[in-house]
Amino acid sequence: MRSVRHRVARITGIAGVMLLLAACAGADKEPLTTFDPKGPFSERINNLFWPVFWIAVGVFVLVEAAILVTVFLYRDRKGSREAKQIHGSPKLEVVWTVIPALILAGIAVPTTAAVFDLTTCGADAMEIDVLGHQWWFEFQYPEEGIDTANVMVIPAGKEVCAQMTSADVIHNFWVPALNGKRYLIPGQTTELRIEADAPGEFWGHCAEFCGLSHSLMRVRVQALSQSDYDAWVANQQQEAAVPAEGTPEWDGLQVYLTKGCTQCHMMDFQDGNSAGIADNVVQAPAFHGPPLTHFASRNVFAGATLPGEGQTREDALRQWLSDPPNTKPGSFMPNLALTEQEIDVLTAWLDSNK
Amino acid sequence: MTATAERPTTIFRRPSATTGIWSWITTVDHKRIGIMYGYAAFAFFIIGGVEALLLRVQLATANSEFLTAGAYNALFTMHGTTMIFLFVMPASAAFMNYLLPLMIGARDVAFPRLNALSWWIFFFGGIFLYSTFIFGTALAPMGADGIGGNLAAGGGPGALNFLADAPNGGWFGYQPNAGPLYSMGTALDYWALGLQILGLASLVSSVNFLVTVFNMRAKGLRLLRMPVFAWMSTVVAFLLLFSLPIIAVALFMVTFDRQFGSLFFAPVGGGDPILWQHLFWLFGHPEVYILILPAMGMVSEILPTFSRKPLFGYSAVVFAGAAIAFLGFGVWAHHMFASGITPVAQAAFGLSTMTIAIPTGIKIFNWIGTMWQGRIRLTTPMLFAIGFVAMFTIGGLSGVTHSVVPSDWQQTDTYYIVAHFHYVLFGGAIFGLFGGLYYWFPKLTGRVMSDRLGKVHFWLMFIGFNLTFGPMHWLGLQGMVRRTWKYAPETGLQPWNTAVTVGAFIIATSIAVFMFNWWNSKRRGEASGLDPWDARTIEWMSPNPTPEYNFAVPPVVTSLDHFWHLKYDQDDEGRAVRKPDGDEIVAAIEHQQLNPTSPIHLPNPSYFPVMFALGIPIIFYGIIYHQNLWAKAMILVGAVIALVAVIGWAMEPLEEPHGHGHAGDDSGYSGSRPGAEGMSDG
Repeated sequence: MRSVRHRVARITGIAGVMLLLAACAGADKEPLTTFDPKGPFSERINNLFWPVFWIAVGVFVLVEAAILVTVFLYRDRKGSREAKQIHGSPKLEVVWTVIPALILAGIAVPTTAAVFDLTTCGADAMEIDVLGHQWWFEFQYPEEGIDTANVMVIPAGKEVCAQMTSADVIHNFWVPALNGKRYLIPGQTTELRIEADAPGEFWGHCAEFCGLSHSLMRVRVQALSQSDYDAWVANQQQEAAVPAEGTPEWDGLQVYLTKGCTQCHMMDFQDGNSAGIADNVVQAPAFHGPPLTHFASRNVFAGATLPGEGQTREDALRQWLSDPPNTKPGSFMPNLALTEQEIDVLTAWLDSNK
Repeated sequence: MTATAERPTTIFRRPSATTGIWSWITTVDHKRIGIMYGYAAFAFFIIGGVEALLLRVQLATANSEFLTAGAYNALFTMHGTTMIFLFVMPASAAFMNYLLPLMIGARDVAFPRLNALSWWIFFFGGIFLYSTFIFGTALAPMGADGIGGNLAAGGGPGALNFLADAPNGGWFGYQPNAGPLYSMGTALDYWALGLQILGLASLVSSVNFLVTVFNMRAKGLRLLRMPVFAWMSTVVAFLLLFSLPIIAVALFMVTFDRQFGSLFFAPVGGGDPILWQHLFWLFGHPEVYILILPAMGMVSEILPTFSRKPLFGYSAVVFAGAAIAFLGFGVWAHHMFASGITPVAQAAFGLSTMTIAIPTGIKIFNWIGTMWQGRIRLTTPMLFAIGFVAMFTIGGLSGVTHSVVPSDWQQTDTYYIVAHFHYVLFGGAIFGLFGGLYYWFPKLTGRVMSDRLGKVHFWLMFIGFNLTFGPMHWLGLQGMVRRTWKYAPETGLQPWNTAVTVGAFIIATSIAVFMFNWWNSKRRGEASGLDPWDARTIEWMSPNPTPEYNFAVPPVVTSLDHFWHLKYDQDDEGRAVRKPDGDEIVAAIEHQQLNPTSPIHLPNPSYFPVMFALGIPIIFYGIIYHQNLWAKAMILVGAVIALVAVIGWAMEPLEEPHGHGHAGDDSGYSGSRPGAEGMSDG
């Protein structure tokens, strides 16, 4: 029974896409589409959407056809007679009050059920804390002791219960392929269930207007197989090695240490390293930038906006480091007036932090 | 002060100009006030439209650099604020002002000076809000020129960067983003206080309209004989009366947060940013019906006239309008389904939202029922009315999809919502307003607008509208978030965005056609006579253009569609048959109404409404800059101006000897209501 309904929903869904747009569509070309669910929660929403959509289409066709037919039939022509002065029909009033009410009642039942099913996290869901910043998302894994940004890494096939709040204004976490939206509110905690059926990378966006660069506050979710995820966790728990003196990476580290980056960007260095460099812990936790310890493990940066289409990672990094506010207006990372050579070595160091 | 009490006329002389600029400034004539409302609203429509076109140029291509982020955010904020508060609301007020007294057979509203006060408060409020582009500043924690920097400062790519010095928190002004910590500078103070002024104008006129409708109807005009537009105006007045105090309180809280550090909405001080959303939408959702119900009223006038049939289910349409207004207060949290409110609240607000579809459906079905078996004349106003029904249906249906809460989690804050409410407010309200303009143009000018150009306007706008807002449904479902300055090319959103921008320019072209038609028809349009449309309701029993006194003899109403029944009988089948002397009847009405037999008392013009209204923005400018001594002095100056105006208002004599005379013919008014003398107590 369930699979039949499922199939009907899917077929109507596919037909609907074709009806709406002659051009082909899909996650490859439109990575933010709501029509290509990749997890149980978005699937449930999608299956709720299409029947309602088709009911709406049915009503739409009936009403618009009634308008057109009426205008066509009763348009004033030569020989038209004066109209009968009909004032209404109580019977019809009852009919077109009761029928829509019944249709809506029919929609209300699965809607209410889905609301309750989708809002409460499962008991064995893993927790990831999501912190919104102007204009990037930070992800903290309390069990694993991981702190990362812009890319949320999750194990495929396992429910994540995101515990979300904001460091500044209201943000709205949205990865269409996995679930609907939920606010991140300063001073409050909200929950969002996230689960991907299979490994993959899913695009997301902050959906609530959150200030100057709201349009550049994007996010990715990467679902990994359990073994890949375990490897990722193990790697993230490593501290960053200090590069050997004399290498470009070493010079890049000096730029990080001396040009002001440490004001905002955290680093976990290997304890007792030969250079005697201590961990960088940012004093104001709400007002900080993405932690850089495993910067190179993330395929996007700058609020998941870079690298842009057709841009190499290196070019994107150079663009960002040379003038952040020009790439992301209002960016809290100022233009540090780095020289070309400083950018070269900084890039080398950043990308060595796998 | 006994001297003042004894001979007030020597101190407060009422203005007497009947032509020229002073006659407009001091007028208390509901028609002149309506005309001023109309032209001001249209000017703001053009401004808001230009803002929309700039937004669309920015979005026509991915990663566009046409506008800076600051300019874009300011423009979408001002576009929404302008179209809602400075266009659709005052445009509706223009129709209500002009038509409501005519439709109920009155010579003016209950309080004519109060009416002038609403208009002037609105006018100064609009100027106050827009003066932000000159005086306001928008600063951000990290602006274009550094910490706490100005968004309009150099460094941006666009030549339109200067536009960034305007409110940029969205028309919804979500906190704490629009609060003192994240949006510094004065632009958002102009926004909060500007809306406060505009709300005051609407609040004042809502009281005035309610008193007018309940006290000044012509003899025999029972409530359920009123034209539906008069009914919807009444419903809107109630909505305004109950919803505006909410936003007034909320905006004062914002002003206190921004000016006096009160932290109502800032979590750092224990404030709650979600509280703002509840207050805003508790006003904001009824506001949607404030915008749409007047247009629904107009459509309910136009469809029967051009179908040559009574409105199908008159009382159902009236009660459905009232039901929509009532339910409109119980659905606000559907704007907040993503905010993490409890599942019980989400389900409850989802269900309450669904119920609104029922009275809305009743209206749509009755409108179609009105046309069914009619004798439909496809004039320009009729096309706009049919366009309204067809397009509003789409907006209503997409509205139902929002009530399916989990679906809304995907759709909210995307272009799907932008599509939805433009189908309701453009496809609905604006189509209705244009239909109303074409329909009642003769009352204004004694001429008829060109039907040929009107049809060009309609079809251009209809095509442009659907090309603009239709694809937005798709863009939203493909993941395009709202209020987005840029989108990445990889999102695949560019092709339809380009189409949308083309559509927007088609709409702009259609508006140019309308403006030419208006200007040209005013000068050269065909003379309308008393009854250009073979209309049904009593506002058409007053000559065109409407004389200052409206009715020489106020009609005594004996039925719904009173005017029609004076002209038409029914045959055995129930078909309308024009009375053999129908033309003579119309001619006799025109002759009677054009030739008052005795002098008609009309309320006298007054200086004090405009003076009172002028005091308010002066006070509010002072509040914005209250840290400075000169600004504190300004508050005092504004208060003194307003106070003097109030005293003058109260002391003003009812009339001047050289006024319009006072032997009023009150035969049309029943005894229990204040007569014409009472009108100037406004």
